[in-house]
Amino acid sequence: MVTAKNIHHTMKTIQKIGLAIFILCLGVFISLLGIGHYQLSDKIFKETITDANHQQLLKPAVSFMIDKDYDSKIAFIADFKKAFNSVNDEFKKNQQWDKVIYADYTQPIVKHSTIGFVKENSLILFFICFVVSSLGGLMYMIPALFIEPVAGIKHNDIFKTAITSRGIIAILFSIGLISFYIFLYKAPEYITNWILLVDDLSFAISGSEASQWFLYGFLYCLVMTVMSARMYIKYRHNNYQLVRTTSVLFFQIAFAFLIPNILSKLNLPSMDFKNMWPLDYTFFFDYRIDGLISKGLLGYWMLGWGIFLFVVGVPVMVYFFGKRWYCSWVCGCGGLAETLGDPFRQLSDKSLKAWKYERVIVHSVLVFAVVMTAAVLYTYFTGNSKLLGIDTGSIREQYGFFIGFIFAGAIGTGFYPIMGSRVWCRFGCPLAAYLGIMQRFKSRFRITTNGAQCISCGNCSTYCEMGIDVRAYAQKGENIIRSSCVGCGVCAAVCPRGVLKLENLAEEGRFEAYLRPEEK
Amino acid sequence: MRIVIIGNGVAGITTARYIRKMSDHEILVISSESDHFFSRTALMYIYMGHMKYEHTKPYEDWFWAKNRIDLKNAFVDKIDFQNKTLFTANQEQISYDKLVIATGSKPNKFGWPGQNLLGVQGLYSKQDVELMEENTKGIKEAVIVGGGLIGIEMAEMLNSRNIKVNFLIREKEYWSNILPKEEAILVGKHIAEHHINLINETELQEIISDDNGRVKSIITKAGKEIPCQFVGLTAGVSPNIDFLKNTDLNTDKGVLVTEYLETNMPDVYALGDCAQFANPKENHPAVEQLWYTAKMQGKALAQTICGKQTIYNRGIWFNSAKFLDIEYQTYGMMLKSPFEDEDSFYWEHQNGKICVRANFSKAEGALRGFNFFGIRFRQTIADEWIRNQKPISYCISNLNKGFFDPEFSKNHHQDIVKSFNIQFNNHQAKAPKKKFLVW
Ligand SMILES: Cc1cc2nc3c(=O)[nH]c(=O)nc-3n(C[C@H](O)[C@H](O)[C@H](O)COP(=O)(O)OP(=O)(O)OC[C@H]3O[C@@H](n4cnc5c(N)ncnc54)[C@H](O)[C@@H]3O)c2cc1C
Ligand code: SF4
Ligand code: SF4
Repeated sequence: MVTAKNIHHTMKTIQKIGLAIFILCLGVFISLLGIGHYQLSDKIFKETITDANHQQLLKPAVSFMIDKDYDSKIAFIADFKKAFNSVNDEFKKNQQWDKVIYADYTQPIVKHSTIGFVKENSLILFFICFVVSSLGGLMYMIPALFIEPVAGIKHNDIFKTAITSRGIIAILFSIGLISFYIFLYKAPEYITNWILLVDDLSFAISGSEASQWFLYGFLYCLVMTVMSARMYIKYRHNNYQLVRTTSVLFFQIAFAFLIPNILSKLNLPSMDFKNMWPLDYTFFFDYRIDGLISKGLLGYWMLGWGIFLFVVGVPVMVYFFGKRWYCSWVCGCGGLAETLGDPFRQLSDKSLKAWKYERVIVHSVLVFAVVMTAAVLYTYFTGNSKLLGIDTGSIREQYGFFIGFIFAGAIGTGFYPIMGSRVWCRFGCPLAAYLGIMQRFKSRFRITTNGAQCISCGNCSTYCEMGIDVRAYAQKGENIIRSSCVGCGVCAAVCPRGVLKLENLAEEGRFEAYLRPEEK
Repeated sequence: MRIVIIGNGVAGITTARYIRKMSDHEILVISSESDHFFSRTALMYIYMGHMKYEHTKPYEDWFWAKNRIDLKNAFVDKIDFQNKTLFTANQEQISYDKLVIATGSKPNKFGWPGQNLLGVQGLYSKQDVELMEENTKGIKEAVIVGGGLIGIEMAEMLNSRNIKVNFLIREKEYWSNILPKEEAILVGKHIAEHHINLINETELQEIISDDNGRVKSIITKAGKEIPCQFVGLTAGVSPNIDFLKNTDLNTDKGVLVTEYLETNMPDVYALGDCAQFANPKENHPAVEQLWYTAKMQGKALAQTICGKQTIYNRGIWFNSAKFLDIEYQTYGMMLKSPFEDEDSFYWEHQNGKICVRANFSKAEGALRGFNFFGIRFRQTIADEWIRNQKPISYCISNLNKGFFDPEFSKNHHQDIVKSFNIQFNNHQAKAPKKKFLVW
């Protein structure tokens, strides 16, 4: 006889197997980093360092490496860097600044010099690391349909499970994520074996070999896809969540990943049409502008679209739908937060103090982004590299390092298991700050409160990823109009008394609390 | 003036907050359950791991000092009304100018044999949840006695840990002393869907102990034995006023109060779960054991205490609850059967989890109230329609104005209208055409 208990038991077993498969695949994936042989041939050297001038300059220094077999990647990288730096040091010593080589060849050199297991088995490894691991993940998630066969909010044990309540595993996960971002941004030469796995795919989609950014884009889409399955199961009773999840997933895969790569393949200027300044902080950098306008009409149109998005798109769309149209329906950062980050949303800090920090920090970043961009454009148009005595290049570099890498990447995602899924969106994103100002002052969006039905239980505040103390408003019958609200709709979903509703209504009266005639 | 409030539940705290908003009086809140105000309604979520205790506190801990509301964790066991002095369990004396009694409830125990065994408990306080955590560690079967709102919450809690729940109710259907039959059956089916064993028309006779003074089974009035390692007693609550019995204060089930929440003693007031209206309104309970009413009472009382005599007026009745995964909202006086002069319209979705009931006067067709299961409804609209006795055909035609479900939710308006027109062809309703892409 098939009883509920039997099914429950079987499903739990499937979950465990799925988790084991996933962990095994992850283990394989990580161990790839440590294997492989490296041999730099003359041919590879020439193919990788395409600049004839650089070739000539570097050749003597690296000649001792040619055809030498390295079984350690670290030694290989150390030798190459030593050789490379020795050339540059010489120029620097002689103050020959124009000769210094700024291009970073380490990652491609390492990747091209790889020989052995990974290179020979990249297809099967791709299959194990990405396909099988995803199936493992799905095996872990899908049984929820049978373990909790009745749809509804199922948050059982979230605060009793280590991974979702800052336990040891959560901290390890966080360290893993942060390390990944450090390698990705600062030391991609160490993860070339991973990049190799997606080389074929990259050739197929974009027509060129994979860089660390292609790998990142691919992983991003994969993680979001698998974690979306979790969202679809969890919120199968809530159409708002289903539609919204589909939307972020679509924009990530189509707009952030496929279209830009396909454009490259077609030899057209490449662009993520939904990304926008100031989140896309390099949008006005000289190489981007030049890159676009050098491609003629289409390039100009793209430049225009990028400007149109934040000048016209933001105010108009926020007026009608609130900031959510971007933050929880379109944005890539938001997309990851709403899928991979969803299990961690309850970890955001709801204190008033956190809100104070949030306002200062996020608006400072916005100012920083504006100033940085203004400085960069000043240099672009005047050719003058100094603004008020400060080197604009260094402002731009600082922004890229502290905001682009540390804040958005390492902290933004790395801290999911510690501070919740929207650390970056809440404290750091300049675009969120801009959208938020619009939402606060000129929008039809609000979360309406259902009169007096609130029982102050706190589910809404606990599960608000932006750390908004939703209950503080709901229990007074006030509508929630906060610049930071990304309109994820989860507060409304988890409320056990049907108190909250996200709405776009007439602007008038949006701040008025609902009081019953007896209480006026 | 020094105002002392006994009880830091929603009644006491709401009173304190509104007194502070309106005045500079010294305020002291004495309570023995927790240092700070927390949401009793969220206790189940702590047990189920949805939240921690911290999350149930509606105000951060600094709030009280900032608003000059003094807090004291102590148990008051005697009051000298003549000398306006309180005595705490550790012999401290505290004097007051005005006293507010907001001591809440305690779970009912009806003198069942074995009701004090280990593993037998009610669910009311923070300590009860901690005890329940202990009592249910590693157990397999439980019995819940009493089918109200706390009973179903306890069933959900135990179910979340895969403990087999036997849920004893006296009535034929779950909560059918309050819910109309159709709704009660709908909830009952949902309870079964969650594999909770609802045992109807069954009462507890006795709780049986094992050799260590711990429960091992119960026996029903029909003589049936049900093995269990935990018994939840959820047969209602009653005012927590034992320490006030046999004093000059007039009490019955609760502390007797007027519509101003005044007791018979000067400068002494009572509200919330522990108060009993000496002259309750027709059809309204004398003791209101609800979160919302405690809040509204607190607001009214604060005005009276600050010199603006204010009648507590609850207005149009409303309430809400959640039965496992089905949300319930009710507006207006909706009892298990409509009043004599009322007709009742009922619609249920074929999935058996969504329904609407509207009661209205037979004579004019004026709306009296709604029950919603699995549909959220805007309180502003329901309140206004009932208050202004809107015609039922208008209400049914305009139901969509009140739907409060998340955007993109399926809207059953057309179905409801169709069903209404068939049941009541003397009151034709009309649903507006669906607009494309408008939500
Ligand atoms: C599990 C549960 C779920 C509920 N869910 C809902 C719901 O969904 N909707 C709803 O409307 N209502 C609900 N209720 C009812 C609601 O919580 C109560 O009506 C409300 O909390 C009563 O508030 P109160 O301030 O009157 O009393 P309480 O909250 O009980 O506060 C009284 C406080 O006074 C303290 N106290 C008592 N005597 C003394 C003394 N002598 N000295 C010092 N301190 C003392 C008590 O320890 C207690 O902390 C629920 C109740 C429970 C138990
Ligand atoms: S979840 Fe709903 S009932 Fe609970 S505090 Fe928030 S708005 Fe109020
Ligand atoms: S307030 Fe609600 S909708 Fe807004 S971000 Fe928080 S949980 Fe999401």
